[in-house]
Amino acid sequence: MRHGHRTHTLWIAYLLHRISGVALALFLPAHFWVLSYALNAPQKLDGFLHWAETPIVKLAEFGLVFLLSVHMLGGLRLMALEFLPWTSGQKTAAASAVAASTFLAGIFLLRAI
Amino acid sequence: MPKEQQMSVSVWRGGATGAFQSFDVKMEDNQTVLDVVAWIQQYADPTLSYRYACRVGMCGSCAMMVNGVPRWTCRTHVNKVLKDGHMEIGPLRNLPVIKDLATDMDPFFDKWIAAEGLHHPTQTRDDPIETIDPANAARVEINAGIECINCSVCYAACDTVAGNPDYLGPAALQRAWSVYNDSKDANKQAILDAVSGVGGCHNCHSQGSCAVHCPNDLNPMNAIAGLKRETARNFFKRRT
Ligand code: HEM
Ligand code: SF4
Ligand code: SF4
Ligand code: FES
Repeated sequence: MRHGHRTHTLWIAYLLHRISGVALALFLPAHFWVLSYALNAPQKLDGFLHWAETPIVKLAEFGLVFLLSVHMLGGLRLMALEFLPWTSGQKTAAASAVAASTFLAGIFLLRAI
Repeated sequence: MPKEQQMSVSVWRGGATGAFQSFDVKMEDNQTVLDVVAWIQQYADPTLSYRYACRVGMCGSCAMMVNGVPRWTCRTHVNKVLKDGHMEIGPLRNLPVIKDLATDMDPFFDKWIAAEGLHHPTQTRDDPIETIDPANAARVEINAGIECINCSVCYAACDTVAGNPDYLGPAALQRAWSVYNDSKDANKQAILDAVSGVGGCHNCHSQGSCAVHCPNDLNPMNAIAGLKRETARNFFKRRT
């Protein structure tokens, strides 16, 4: 009840954007580190890729692509919102960003499994 | 006669530190949150401090947190906010509490000045009055902003203000946007400089809580987006 002022679409869109942004920042160093194996230790990368075939890692990858698409669409939503003089309908844009990212990540999940 | 209906109302007592105190208040058919506060002050505890003036949604002095949501209390009906016969009334968020429900509005108004939300005249009183076309695009852009009653509801709703005490906040920035679009204003550069500093418009995350809660249905977020566009345009213009 104390935070009743936050219960609306755009605030939730903001929260998603921050969570996905921070999560991406935490993940990317690990991502580049693994990619660096391709140059320094190709056999290690092969081992890693083998491990990456397991379902739990697939699920994690789904989460990742989901985060990226949430964040990218959320970011594009913000830039569209702020740099084009909208009159209203921002909530619709926020909602469609979430919907489209769910859709994209859903496709990825289906392809992965 | 039917039994008198009562509601239980928790009211903030004290300053920055304090506690909620519970009161039983008689329910009426037509009753605003401000009526409830006034009833408590008149019949239960005369030491309760709060602020109001017009009672009709014009002066902007009666805003409080009702169940955690900033609202103009003189135009909020009890039956709209009452949950299971209970409601919680606190002082406006993001402002220093003087006592009980009265906050110190100085930081809010000081920021209007800091945002250059003031008129920079082009003419003197001896000049003829300039005609303004009401259909002019810049004038139309101001239509919403000039309806602001300075109630600070948006300021209380804004999490960016909560996180950064230097942030000018939605109302002051919306005011700056109105003055910026005024064809009679002589110092637009001063406005752009004022709103692009540390506490300026770029702090805004477009959460839109200001627009959701503004009692006059204004949209400070749109005004801030306008300032973001103009400051960006100005930045590139200055570099070429
Ligand atoms: C892939 C690596 C990326 C990382 C690690 C990242 C990280 C972040 C973080 C931590 C924030 C702060 C969130 C906040 O202030 O609430 C942020 C904000 C932002 N990001 Fe990203 N981002 C990435 C990619 C992108 C992409 C691809 C876009 C756009 C297409 C984008 C657009 C934005 C925008 C517009 C903001 C401002 C959000 C706001 O004002 O709240 N970002 N990003
Ligand atoms: S849109 Fe900007 S000014 Fe309005 S509540 Fe959100 S952060 Fe604050
Ligand atoms: S913009 Fe709306 S909420 Fe903010 S001070 Fe003005 S009238 Fe109040
Ligand atoms: S008392 Fe004036 S706006 Fe509520």
